Amino acid sequence: MKLRPSTLCFAAAFLFAAVGVLNANEKPASSASMDAPAPVILIRNATILTVSHGTIDKGDILIKDGKIAAVGGTLKAPANAVVIDATGQFVTPGIIDCHSHIAVDGSVNEGSVSVSSMVNILDVLNSDDVAIYRDLAGGVTTANVLHGSANSIGGQTVVIKLRWGQPAASLPFEGALPGIKFALGENPKRSNFRVNGAPERYPATRMGVEETIRGAFTEARDYKKSWDDYNKRIAAGEKNVIPPRRNLKLDPLVEVLEGKRYVHAHCYREDEILMLLRVAKEFGFRVQTLQHVLEGYKVADEIAAAGTGASTFSDWWAYKVEAYDAIPYNAALMTRRGVLVSINSDDAAEATHLNQEAAKSIRYGGLTHDEALKLVTLNPAIQLGIEKRVGSIDVGKDADLAIYNHDPLSAYAVVQKTLIDGRVYFDREKEQAARPALEKERKDLLEKAKKKQDEEKKAGAKKPEEKKTGEKKPEEKKPEEMPKPPQGEADLGGAR
Amino acid sequence: MKRLYLNFLCGTLLLSSFGARADHAQTTGAADYAITHAKIFTLAGPPIEDGTVVIHDGKIAAVGAGVPIPAGAQVIDAKGLQVYPGLFDAVTQMGLSEIGAVSASVDTTETGSFNPDLIAATAILPSSAHIPVTRASGITEVIAAPASGGFDSRGATNLVGGQASAIHLAGWTAEEMLISKRAAMVVDWPEIELRSFDFATFSVKEKPFTDAKKEYDKQVSELADYIEQARHYAQALQGSNGAGMQRDVRLEALAPVIRGEMPLLVFADQARQIRDAVEFCDKQKLKIILAGATEAWKEKDLLRSKSVPVILRPTLGEPPEEDDAYDRLLTQPEELRAAGIKIAFGSFDNSFARRLGQDAANAVAHGLPYEEGLKAVTLYPAQMFGLDAQLGTVETGKTANLIVTNGDPLDVTTDIRYLFIKGQLTSMDNKQKALYEKYLNRPKPAH
Repeated sequence: MKLRPSTLCFAAAFLFAAVGVLNANEKPASSASMDAPAPVILIRNATILTVSHGTIDKGDILIKDGKIAAVGGTLKAPANAVVIDATGQFVTPGIIDCHSHIAVDGSVNEGSVSVSSMVNILDVLNSDDVAIYRDLAGGVTTANVLHGSANSIGGQTVVIKLRWGQPAASLPFEGALPGIKFALGENPKRSNFRVNGAPERYPATRMGVEETIRGAFTEARDYKKSWDDYNKRIAAGEKNVIPPRRNLKLDPLVEVLEGKRYVHAHCYREDEILMLLRVAKEFGFRVQTLQHVLEGYKVADEIAAAGTGASTFSDWWAYKVEAYDAIPYNAALMTRRGVLVSINSDDAAEATHLNQEAAKSIRYGGLTHDEALKLVTLNPAIQLGIEKRVGSIDVGKDADLAIYNHDPLSAYAVVQKTLIDGRVYFDREKEQAARPALEKERKDLLEKAKKKQDEEKKAGAKKPEEKKTGEKKPEEKKPEEMPKPPQGEADLGGAR
Repeated sequence: MKRLYLNFLCGTLLLSSFGARADHAQTTGAADYAITHAKIFTLAGPPIEDGTVVIHDGKIAAVGAGVPIPAGAQVIDAKGLQVYPGLFDAVTQMGLSEIGAVSASVDTTETGSFNPDLIAATAILPSSAHIPVTRASGITEVIAAPASGGFDSRGATNLVGGQASAIHLAGWTAEEMLISKRAAMVVDWPEIELRSFDFATFSVKEKPFTDAKKEYDKQVSELADYIEQARHYAQALQGSNGAGMQRDVRLEALAPVIRGEMPLLVFADQARQIRDAVEFCDKQKLKIILAGATEAWKEKDLLRSKSVPVILRPTLGEPPEEDDAYDRLLTQPEELRAAGIKIAFGSFDNSFARRLGQDAANAVAHGLPYEEGLKAVTLYPAQMFGLDAQLGTVETGKTANLIVTNGDPLDVTTDIRYLFIKGQLTSMDNKQKALYEKYLNRPKPAH
C-alpha cells in the first residue's frame, strides 16, 4: 500500500538541518531568549474578543512581563513599548488544543500492554517537531499532548506551550496538572488493528476494557493503602519499617485517586461513556475530560452531572463503526445540556484551523459567537485546570494571544501573529519576508551538494545513482496502526 | 407507471410545506418553481440583485431581474437570501464507502492492477447516509471515483482503478442519480515507495531507493504496455467492427480513452509522478485530469503548457515536506491559477466531503480571487468532465441544481435554506439531523 503524501528529499533532509541553523540565527519571532525580559508591547486599535467579558470594538492591549497589563479603549503606550498596529484585525486568546499529538518523538502508543501508565510523554517531547510551528501559525498557543488510544490506560500526559525554538525542557506549561490517557472501545479492544495470526490481546471487548481499568485501580487502591499505612507508621515514630516496593505503573494511578493527575479518556459510544463514569465513581475519582466523546450528546445529562468535561471533534464521522452516530451538533447539544465542551484537533493539520472548527457549532446547534469561541479558548483552559493563566483576555493572565485579519469564526481568517508569554512566536509578515532568502539558501546548498557529488563521481568512486535522485524519504512518523487513514488525517490510527 | 409515481409525489408536496421533510430523504416532485427577490450569483456574469430564477421541468427556464412568474409555479420568496449553482465535489468516494474501517461496507478498490471495465455507478449505494449529509452542506453533484484512497486493508495497488461516475446527490436508484456513468478513467500513478506497510508483520518496511525506483519503473512500463495493448485493440475493433475478434472487456473499456473521448483521472501527488504522468499522457495523446497534486506548483510550467486541469485535494491538510512553508497547500491554488492552470477542489472522501466549501474559502483567504474559488467548486469541475452544458452556472437551459443560502456558501457558518437537484426541491434532512432532534428532546433523567 501507499503511504502518501510522504516525501522528503534526501537532499532536502540534509538541507533542512542547514536551514534550521539559519532560522536559529535569524528567528526574529522566537529568537528572544527566555532569559531576556519580555518586551513591553501595546496592541493598538484591534477588535478584542476577550471571551470572558465580551468584545471591545476598537481597543488596546498592554503587555508587560509576559502578562496582560491592561485591556480597554485607548491606552497610553509606555515609552519603551513595541506598538503592534492591529487596525482592522481581531485579537483572541491563544487557541488551546485539548487533544494533540505534536512534539512527540516516535510512536504515541506503547502497544504491548493494555495498562501502560508507566510511560510518560514528558520523556519524549521533541521541540524540533515542525508541527509546533505550523500549529503556532494557526494561532495555537497551548496543547494537551496525549498518548494514543491503543491501551485502556495509556501513559502520562503533559500540557505544553508552543514555544517554538526553545528546548524541550521549556515546553511544559508551568504548574499545569499532568494527566493520564485512558481509552475505551474499538481501539483498546483492537477491533480495527488485528493482524492475522497474531495472538489476541486482552481486552477484546468493552466488558474487558472495563475490567482492565477496574483491575488496575483495585491494585492501585491496595498499593496506596500500603503506602498510607507505611507513612502513618513512620509519622508515628516507628523505626525499621520496610517501605512498600515502588510500582511505576501504579504510582500515576494513585495520583489519580488523590486528585493530583487528570484523567483524559478517549471514548465514542454512550455505553462506554457511562461505564467509565461508574468506574470513576466506584473508585472515587473524577474523569476530567472525555475525549472525542462522539456520542456524548446521547448522555449529556449524565456527563454534566458527573462534572466531567467533553472535548470533541467538529464534524468527523463514519471512519469506523463507533463514529457512525457522530453528529456535528454534538458540541452545541452538550453545551446546552450543561456540559463544559471544547473542540480539539487530534491531528497537527486539524489544529491549524480550530477557530474554523469551533465556528461550525454556530451553524450546527446555534451556539452564539462567544460560546463558539470558548470551545477553543476558555473551555479547554478550564478542562486543563489552567484557566487562571490562559483562555481569555483579562488583566493578569499570560499574554498568549492570536491576531487574525478577519473574524476568527470564519474560513477567511488568517493568523497574522501569535504571542506566548508576551513574546511574538509567529509573525506572518516576517515569515513571508524571510522566504526568498531561505529559498536561495536551499538552492545554493542543493547546488553545492550536486557539485560535490559530481566531483566524487569524476573521482571514479562507484556511486549508485540514488544519491543524486534520491527524491523521497517518507514521512517522519509511521502510521501508528491504522493501515491507511482517511484522507489528510495521517498518524491517527492509534489516536482518534 | 412512472407518471403515477410522480403524481403521487406531487400530491404529497402540495400537502406539505416547503423545506425539510422527514419522510422523504429524496426529491419531492417535479413542480415548477420561482425563486424570487434573491441575489443570484449566476457565475456566468455579474450577480443579479433582486432576481428571479424560474425552474421548469427540471431545468432553469429563466434567470434575471423582472422575469415573470409563470402561473402555477410554487414561489419561494428569497428576500435577503442568495442563489448559487449547487456545489460540485470533483473527487469523492460517495456511495462507495459507508464506514471506513469496515471493509464489508467499502467498495472503493478492486483487487488487481488493471480494472478499466469497473464502473463506480455499479456500487453506489443510493441510500448511503453520506449522501443526504453531504447534500445538506450545499453539494448537489459529485464525481464518485474508484481507487481514490480511504482505508483499504488489502493494500491493493491499482494502476487502472476503474471508471468514475458523475452523480446527482439525489435519486431513489443509481439510474436516477446518474449524470454520466463513464465520466473518467481512474489511473493511480505509481509511486516510488521507500517505505511500505507490511501486513504480515504489521510494521513499516524500508526499501533502498534503487529497489523502489526499479519497482516504479516496472509499474510505469506495465501501464504503458497496457495502454499500448488497448490502442491495438481499439484499432482492431475499429477495423473489423469486432467481427472475428476475441473480445476483452477490459481492453474494450479503454477504447474511449484511446479515442480521446474519455479523460484519464490520474492520481498523482509528487512532482516526479506529476511530471511522468503528464509526459506519458502527452506522448500517448490521452486526455488527462490531474488529481491530488500536492506538489503541482513544482510543475506548473509543464501543466500550463500542456493545458492540464488540476483537482486539488483539501487545502487544509499538512504540507508534504517538512521544509515546505506552513501554508504551502493554502497558497498553491492561487499560484496555479495565476499561472493559467484550471483548478477545482475535491474532498477525495465521503465523510469529509462537506468541507469542500471550507477548503475553497481557505484558498481564497490565501489569495485566490473569490469568484475563482466559487467556480473551482461549481463551473470548473463541470468543465473538466465535459458537463458544463448542463451544470456549473445558473443559466437558462441548464439542469436546475441550485442552492439558496443566507450567505457565502463557502464559509463555515452559512445555512443552506433550499436545495434543488434536477429542478426538484430536495430535503436536507439526514441521519445526523434526526439524531440531533431525537436527543435534543430527550427528557431529563429522573435522578
